[in-house]
Amino acid sequence: MLKIEKFDVSPRLRLTCARTDKFKTGCLSVNLITELTRENAAKNALLPRVLRRGTAVHPDMESLAVITDELYGARIEPTVRKKGELQCVGFFADFIDDDYLPNGESILERVTALVGEMLLTPKTHGGQLTSEYVDSERRNLIDEIRAGINEKRSYALDALLRNMCSEEAFGVNKLGGEREAKAITAHALTVHYKKLLDTARVEVFYCGNAEPGRVKSAVADALAGLPRTAAPETAGTQILLAPPAPETRKFTEKLDVTQGKLAIGLRLGKTMLAPNYAALAVFNAAFGGSVTSKLFLNVREKLSLCYYASSMIEKHKGVLIVSSGVEFANFDRAYNEILAQLDAIKSGDVSDWEFLSAKRAVMTERLAALDRPGGLEEACFDQMIAGITYTPEEFASLAEAVTREEIIAVANSAVLDSAYFMEGKTNEE
Amino acid sequence: MKSKSYELIREQVYSDRLDNGMPVYVVKKSGFYKTYAFFATDYGGADRRFKLGGEWIDTPEGVAHFLEHKMFDTEDGNALAELSANGAQPNAFTSSDITAYFFESTEKFEENLKILLSFVSVPYFTKESVEKEQGIIGQEIRMTEDEPDYAAYYGLMKLLFRHNPVRDSVAGTVESIAEITDETLYNCHRIFYNPSNMALVVAGDVDPDRIFELARKILPSTRVSPPERDYGGAEERAPVSQRAERAMEVSKPIYMIGGSAECPERGAERLRLDTIGSLATELIAGKSSPLYFRLYAEGVVKSDFQAAFESTAGVAYSVFGGNGAAPDRVFEEIKAEIARVCDGGGDRALFERIKKANFGRYMRALNSFESICYNYAGGYFRGYDAYTASDVLLSVTFDEVVDFIRENMKPENLAISVVTPKAGETE
Repeated sequence: MLKIEKFDVSPRLRLTCARTDKFKTGCLSVNLITELTRENAAKNALLPRVLRRGTAVHPDMESLAVITDELYGARIEPTVRKKGELQCVGFFADFIDDDYLPNGESILERVTALVGEMLLTPKTHGGQLTSEYVDSERRNLIDEIRAGINEKRSYALDALLRNMCSEEAFGVNKLGGEREAKAITAHALTVHYKKLLDTARVEVFYCGNAEPGRVKSAVADALAGLPRTAAPETAGTQILLAPPAPETRKFTEKLDVTQGKLAIGLRLGKTMLAPNYAALAVFNAAFGGSVTSKLFLNVREKLSLCYYASSMIEKHKGVLIVSSGVEFANFDRAYNEILAQLDAIKSGDVSDWEFLSAKRAVMTERLAALDRPGGLEEACFDQMIAGITYTPEEFASLAEAVTREEIIAVANSAVLDSAYFMEGKTNEE
Repeated sequence: MKSKSYELIREQVYSDRLDNGMPVYVVKKSGFYKTYAFFATDYGGADRRFKLGGEWIDTPEGVAHFLEHKMFDTEDGNALAELSANGAQPNAFTSSDITAYFFESTEKFEENLKILLSFVSVPYFTKESVEKEQGIIGQEIRMTEDEPDYAAYYGLMKLLFRHNPVRDSVAGTVESIAEITDETLYNCHRIFYNPSNMALVVAGDVDPDRIFELARKILPSTRVSPPERDYGGAEERAPVSQRAERAMEVSKPIYMIGGSAECPERGAERLRLDTIGSLATELIAGKSSPLYFRLYAEGVVKSDFQAAFESTAGVAYSVFGGNGAAPDRVFEEIKAEIARVCDGGGDRALFERIKKANFGRYMRALNSFESICYNYAGGYFRGYDAYTASDVLLSVTFDEVVDFIRENMKPENLAISVVTPKAGETE
């Protein structure tokens, strides 16, 4: 079945191999782990996109496409992830498992080498990253940052966090800010690229059926050119146990929309001193993370107040967020009702049915996620960030062992911080 | 029970047909935590006009989707909650031609399957519950109305089709769903949710015989003839107009470009058409095409640009979509590229590469139980075996694809739908 092994390929390069024969493809991600800062976020987000445009050997998208098509449509995508106050950038590749290739070829080594080539030997001009690629990808990045507003649901969450965490790194978007993005030149990005390669921790994940020793040597070969660094950068996430302002902060924005959006942010408080991730997950499933949750059954189903009302936890930062789509006229009722449902859990109003359903939901969701290559990779990645290692079976038994008192304690530890309202424009505006 | 193995993709499918005519497929998978069940009816948002007792009946827009929401209500409560409490992750969707209910679970699979088969086959609606749902779906409709991709898509459908119901939103409008009553729902359920019009697909490490037995026990055994439906007859190939535009709160124009194609209703020809159509759009403007590289380098298209081909409810169409400041330039370039390829400018080596890459993508999709079950059930409704798709792919020739482009993607038959930023929001 699933077997996870870790290798320190070098002092700063670690490989996690999750071996399983159940998929028809394998996936490999290479990630530079660095701190999330307003100053560097856009540069970090831009970097893998520029590197993906061309290498010294394959100088443009067309020559790269010829290779990836020949590798049976292997995908190599630039990635940027935000985990707490860490920004993780690099590449995610997936490709047919060698066992399923019609002609007995093997492509794992070739894909891994190509990812290494993109990371370490980009196309350059006069010692700098090609300005044509930097300019073009910078424009794309700026467009993408601006396009955040097109998806109102995710935009509302971004707007909440931007305001609520305006004094914290967590308030920075994973793509960075438009102003910082605009200022990036080929020279500045090249300097940043070299520094990042010199200092960042490199975490590589492989999920698939190849023998781990083979993956290890493919990764070691592909990344042999990574500069040797004695001690990679150590970065972490600052967790605020209480909101920075004494009063609940409310933010309102007017946009031309027909449906309002309401997002509420809470700090998980002292529960984050020694986080019990299984209890956090079960609490979230009971509050608003599942279809048996209080938010779903009461705010949506019983009161028909919202089309959706759900909660999520960013466990690395210790933030609880509620997201909902509401008629403008129902803002106050929805806001009060959402908080009333949290109060209900605080006071111990959690039925056996709700409690057990929440546990089942957590266990099913966690195990089912491991049945997708991307889900398996993400699970390994999250554990790396949180510094924990549980087998799927261990996590399931931890969720099973969560007590009602533990989820009531999570609710009682949560402190309301901010709320964001997306209102419509009237005709005159 | 029948068993079929597919060598190229190394899959094994067990199947049986119930007395009511419904097929049950079990796609055997081992090593996974979850088991997945997909119960679907050959009924979607486009099936609005059909024959009932010798008479043609017209129903409002949005009934299939409304029904999907209401099916979870049972006399004892709510099947969604019941399944979730039992460790399953249930959900449902309605497209133009299919409504499907599905769940995945890592325990108690048979219990959950019983719940699924029961709640989908036993309707329970009341006047009050229908009225309440009008509020919830009304919110859902409003939410999608704010989505620019949705607006661009339906904008294109209204240009390409004069009367086929795919031009209207699957969910309907706030006004159209106000006309839906519990009686509408009961009628449509009776006609379209008879097992003779449905299929069950299960993927996972299960004993096929147990699944067949369960389905036999729970579902009614009477067989009825499939409902006759009307999509409004053949469509003209030329679009209503070549361009439509709408302003919304977006940062950059969002567009969809496409053209309609002849669509065989059922059978292996339908799968072949889908395969050829999709290779054709990729040859013109896919992620490996010279046009895509040129426009990307110029900043005219971005990595979200898509080239695809769809067929549903009696129609088929190619579609090219993305966002960027110059949608009309993309439109002109696509027309020019089509002319160039039809003029003998197509690249055979590129075509072979695209096929190879598609083979890899097809294998990747076989990791997903959702996509396996959806494709298998969809293939059954459309009269083909979805697991032969990779063999069909490998058999399609360059000349076939170029002929398709010549016939079905005539520049004068293409149209563009654009969502533009409201004035004052661009730089």
